[in-house]
Amino acid sequence: MKKFTFFVLIIALALTPVTMVFASGSGESDVARHAFIFKNTGNPYGDKQMEGFQEAIEEQGFEAILRAPDQPTAEAQIQIIDQLISQRVASISITGNDFDALEPALTRAMDEGIVVLSADSAVNPDSRMTHINQADSEMIGRTLIQAAYDMADGAGEIAILSATSQASNQNLWIEWMQTELEENPDKYADLELVRIAYGDDLRDKSVSETEGLLQSFPDLEVIIAPTTVGIAAAGRVITDRGLIGEVDVTGLGLPSEMAEYIENGACPYMFLWNPIDVGYLTGFAATAAVDGDITGAAGETFSAGRLGEFEIVPAGDGGTEVLLGAPFRFDPDNIAEWKDVY
Amino acid sequence: MADAQDLRRIETKRSWKEFFFQWEWLLVLILILTVIINSLISPYFLSFYNLINTPTSFLDKAFIVLPMMYVIILGRIDISVGSTVALSAVLMAVSYNAGLPMPAAIVLCLLVGTLGGMINGLLMVWFKELSFVIVTLSTMIIYRGIAYIILGDQASGGFPEWYSFFGWGRIAGVPFMLITFAIATAIFGFLLHRTSFGRAVYGMGLNATACRYSGVNTDRVTIIVFTLAGLMAGVTAVFLSSRMGSTRPNVAIGYELEVIAMVALGGVSTNGGIGKIAGPLLAVFIIGYLSYGMGLANLQAPIVLVVIGSLLILSVLVMKIRFGLRRKKSTV
Repeated sequence: MKKFTFFVLIIALALTPVTMVFASGSGESDVARHAFIFKNTGNPYGDKQMEGFQEAIEEQGFEAILRAPDQPTAEAQIQIIDQLISQRVASISITGNDFDALEPALTRAMDEGIVVLSADSAVNPDSRMTHINQADSEMIGRTLIQAAYDMADGAGEIAILSATSQASNQNLWIEWMQTELEENPDKYADLELVRIAYGDDLRDKSVSETEGLLQSFPDLEVIIAPTTVGIAAAGRVITDRGLIGEVDVTGLGLPSEMAEYIENGACPYMFLWNPIDVGYLTGFAATAAVDGDITGAAGETFSAGRLGEFEIVPAGDGGTEVLLGAPFRFDPDNIAEWKDVY
Repeated sequence: MADAQDLRRIETKRSWKEFFFQWEWLLVLILILTVIINSLISPYFLSFYNLINTPTSFLDKAFIVLPMMYVIILGRIDISVGSTVALSAVLMAVSYNAGLPMPAAIVLCLLVGTLGGMINGLLMVWFKELSFVIVTLSTMIIYRGIAYIILGDQASGGFPEWYSFFGWGRIAGVPFMLITFAIATAIFGFLLHRTSFGRAVYGMGLNATACRYSGVNTDRVTIIVFTLAGLMAGVTAVFLSSRMGSTRPNVAIGYELEVIAMVALGGVSTNGGIGKIAGPLLAVFIIGYLSYGMGLANLQAPIVLVVIGSLLILSVLVMKIRFGLRRKKSTV
């Protein structure tokens, strides 16, 4: 009996790698493949963005590859970039977990003839051809502070709940928030930014960071969370603790996730844009770059399917970017309409 | 006491049949299978360039596999290595950015790692009543905690250009990491199989009491083994930081488990006293190529984890049945 079990196990052991064949699906195709790498899995915002990317790529008749690491780290993305380089994809569009750490991997990709774009969260200008930005970063930063000012009635302590400390989009928006505060000392004299906490775009960490903020700053008026995972976590905590009306939550959130908190008042209003459109726009930018229609220089234009024409403009970090549009405000009046869309 | 079956496992003289029926040959078979399967799934896998360059993505933690083998043969475990990597890397980055010249910072990194390992060893030797799991569990938490205190949620980097040579550079087409790993494997292998120190490690894993009363300085062996683990964690920190260009307190999370998985798959029994250098070496490449190959086929991360987990369980089961491992441990 023992010997039999032994041999069965040996066979099973040897065959384990074979299961991969069944798990992997189809073989190769001659169609150009365009890849999108998001920050991490389990992120509904990221899923929407990748959905839009896939829609754009498939609309043009190509194949889309969607990847995301399970941890929001740069080294995990580097591994994925390596694998995509080996697969000789036509383009890589990435939402960077780190502004600089991905440079060696991405420049290797570009050396191999792969077009590299960043979307949503930028990588440094040397690592990319151009960046697809959802909305003007300055506008996002300033608008959020103005919203906090409004919700705190002009005076009080506010805090920021961000994602990871290296995410370039987060840092850029926070920079503009701080600039808005510094440039208008008279207006914001009674408003104090007491803490920037990092929830890493992970649900449980965002929850515990929110609770930490509430404990350390009992007089906190507003939490600004420019991350869909963070704002949803903050909304949950405020609601569960019965602090609706005492502490307001605002930031960037998905209407589908935040509908509950906008309706119950935990979040008076918040902002976002359409992540599906961001992905869609990226998909067209990627194919335009592969076709040689654009090279990433300011002033070039390209067509993005149902979204129309777009122009490449200079970006704040020294490179170039493409802007989707202005941030959109969600409040009790329009949330019902948008919560089923995304 | 070791029984006849274990002695047969350790004895160097064997019949041809027994020689080929070893665990390590099974691993060779699995490795070949892995390469074949990977090439079937993706035409991009099988190229000399790929096979030589892929390892750099998983070799950084492979450096720790070498001393971890010693630790497990000894009958113990070290789960603090991931935290040691983080602490060494963070201290290196912070000191460099505070003005310390890069070469000195690299030495500091290795020193911190070595010290971290030595502390583990000393604690185990001074407090023999404490389970080894508890000791390394505590240092795992403490070391990473210190890293977080120093750097918070931030990243630190900005290393000089030449530093990326460690993780990305090549000599005559072969990645520097691969060359270094080969040298390290040769050294650790020699130490294990050809010196009296290596014999002592095996002996202590099988029966520490007998060793002690035979004149082996068991305390010294323990300290040296854990210090080596710490040193290699420092080496990993150097390569990891070089590949990433920066470092954070939360790097290398989970490394200890991946390393232990590689060692276990390599035929090193967690009961101690059994294992050869070839085993974990093959296991490193099996797990590495498997993950890489699956990534090439764009399989999602969860599937990769399930496959590797299954491989591990099956391998442990096979080992148990074939070699009938049932011994009680003795600690000294």
